[in-house]
Amino acid sequence: MPFESLSIEVLGDIYIGLLALAVLLYAILDGYDLGVGVLIPPREEKFRDDMIASIGPYWDANETWLVLAVGLLLFAFPDAHSEILQTLYIPATLMLLGLILRGVSFDFRAKVAQVKKRRWDLSFKYGSLLTTLSQGYMLGIWVTGLRTDLWAQGFALLAAFGLTAAYAFIGACWLILKSESALQEKAVYWARRGLIVLSVGIVAVSVANLTLHDDVRQMWLNSNWGFLLMAIPVACFGLLSFCGVILKRMPETDGRGEKLPFIIAMTVFVLCFAAFGLSYYPFVVPGQMTIADAISDANSLRFLLVGAIIVVPCILAYTFMVYRIFAGKSEKLTYY
Amino acid sequence: MDAFILSRLQFALNISFHILFPTITIALGWYLFYFKLRSNISGHPVWMRMYRFWVRVFALTFALGVVSGVTMSFQFGTNWPGFMEKAGNVAGPLLGYEVLTAFFLEATFLGIMLFGIRRVPNWLHTLSTLIVAFGTTVSAFWILSLNSWMHTPQGHEIVDGVIYAKDWSEIIFNPSFPYRFAHMLLASGLTASFLIAGLSAYRIYRGDDKIAPKLALKTATYTAAVLIPLQIYAGDLHGLNTLEHQPQKVAAMEGVWETEQGAPLLLFAIPDEESRTNHFEIGIPRGASLILTHSLDGEIKGLNEFEGEHPPVAPVFYSFRIMVGMGMLMLVCAWVGSFYLYRKGAMPGWLTKVFMGMSFSGWIATLAGWYVTEVGRQPYLVYGVLQTEDAVTGLPAGNVAFSLTLYAAIYAVLLFAYMGTLTLMCRRSVEIEEITSEEREKAKTSKISPLGA
Repeated sequence: MPFESLSIEVLGDIYIGLLALAVLLYAILDGYDLGVGVLIPPREEKFRDDMIASIGPYWDANETWLVLAVGLLLFAFPDAHSEILQTLYIPATLMLLGLILRGVSFDFRAKVAQVKKRRWDLSFKYGSLLTTLSQGYMLGIWVTGLRTDLWAQGFALLAAFGLTAAYAFIGACWLILKSESALQEKAVYWARRGLIVLSVGIVAVSVANLTLHDDVRQMWLNSNWGFLLMAIPVACFGLLSFCGVILKRMPETDGRGEKLPFIIAMTVFVLCFAAFGLSYYPFVVPGQMTIADAISDANSLRFLLVGAIIVVPCILAYTFMVYRIFAGKSEKLTYY
Repeated sequence: MDAFILSRLQFALNISFHILFPTITIALGWYLFYFKLRSNISGHPVWMRMYRFWVRVFALTFALGVVSGVTMSFQFGTNWPGFMEKAGNVAGPLLGYEVLTAFFLEATFLGIMLFGIRRVPNWLHTLSTLIVAFGTTVSAFWILSLNSWMHTPQGHEIVDGVIYAKDWSEIIFNPSFPYRFAHMLLASGLTASFLIAGLSAYRIYRGDDKIAPKLALKTATYTAAVLIPLQIYAGDLHGLNTLEHQPQKVAAMEGVWETEQGAPLLLFAIPDEESRTNHFEIGIPRGASLILTHSLDGEIKGLNEFEGEHPPVAPVFYSFRIMVGMGMLMLVCAWVGSFYLYRKGAMPGWLTKVFMGMSFSGWIATLAGWYVTEVGRQPYLVYGVLQTEDAVTGLPAGNVAFSLTLYAAIYAVLLFAYMGTLTLMCRRSVEIEEITSEEREKAKTSKISPLGA
């Protein structure tokens, strides 16, 4: 058996790293396409086809990162998986309902008569919204260590709106990158609005977060790491302010700087995610269950690791290739 | 009802809904690759027409398969935590390999298949089609490997009630895997063939006089005619394998209560679990023994030898008859259809209608087959190792009732919408011009007539 020398502790770190990678990629990739879904204007028709065309070739693969994340959690940390998802059973079910609705609407809308198309468009929008709200709520409850009291629920609702704002923001930045003229102007407007909501959200969630766990507060305010950790929200604010300045000047005629908002949005996602990760390591359920408590059998972990080490770089490579192929402005939605 | 029954109902609902779509896409992917190859070789635009029509069916079907599959992956931990606690060391890596090696491939290259034709060179588009077809098959490989292991577990050891993997090649290539895999791939081939044939027949029936539906009908009918005898053979081998490893499942399939030599092949009966006997039996004497043991007075073990350890008889018994009956119907249709197509070049009107009616026959046979094998494993989840009732969740019944209601409602809507949309696509294709002028130019230079023979 390869990787015989890896101890269970090292395996735990590797798998939490893989899980983190899957969740981060999911949040960025499905984040922007969920965001585009959330932004679909319910009353006007004109932008819908172009908006949906901008995510056409990608959404399916984006969503797969969620399947990988849930799969890794299920397999590497089965106790955590059943603890988390049993507590969050109802919001998880609602999230799945949302994912089902948006996933199928995307395909149905293109194949039905004009009258019914509107119905599928709305189910795409509200499916996306239901998905983002549920994910934010689940994230919120997870951060509290799976508490279900009123205060935790309130925090989770805050997180639900925060994450939806984040997705809408990155979705708008994606649209700036992929669209032209009227839609691009609209996307700039959405991005500026989303930017403000997101900034407020980050402050609110950060402050609430500090009141949740004593050791997290300790780490942020008193430890050697605290300085680095505090730099993260500051960096986010710097980046978001910079983004606000750029957005104010957009769209420029020569298309200069179109990529910047999306790059900034990605960086902010990575930074926020890093802050979460550093705060809660080595817990799989904050304050409740550590990696060591939840880890499954070492031999099985080694068996899957062989594949993961070979395959994950391939996945990243061909994902990158697809983004290169479809680079530039998206084409009209034709499905041929 | 308690969370156990509700969870079982929910899982049954989910897996029944889910399996409908991979059953189509596994083989439809290969059909698309074939269409694309023929298009590349002959240069005749009709193959690309067919590709374009069916790739849209593929995309829609794939999307439904993905969303229902995601739902299932959540349920393992939520509704069946005992399964992951006890069998997770085997199930986890197999599911993990499915996502890593197959799922990403399919989902990523599907994007190129659907949207990339103007952006990538033709060879890359063809290669993407091949990769997607390959990906769906690899996906089936891992899922069926896990499923088969749950029927015929080996290569593991049990320490303190928890299963640990010992030999992965024994686990993956467990004794029932080759049969189940072959049976499933062939089932997919038949499901896709009858769907293609049925919808093409519908287009012809609606007055679509283009080459594409005729050619599709012909390709699919011939394919079905070849696949169905292979499927019967594979099914027979699978049955023998089941008799060896899970004799009580076979006893339930055949409705045999007392162990007997020269058991009859029951064509119809009403099994009664309370009185442990059958009513209204109609059977072929010694038939079951002949088929299963290849000897007229071979011994078939009866259900009474497995009291308390055998599956509920009626669902297994009836499902088996539905599956076999559907298979026979497919055999007749495919062969009669091929006869007409070969001899007369077209199907008569009545047969066109029969094929329209058979459009979703593959679904019925596949579902019935899955009920035979899955209900037939009860009361075990992992045969001989883990009982279903030991794996269930501690969730409140109300929560499961909520999710079950939600899934049932949404699945009903989606199934209705799916079938409606396919019909609509067929109807609309009647109005679409067969080939563009640019394609007509290309067609002039192609050497091979698409309707061949």
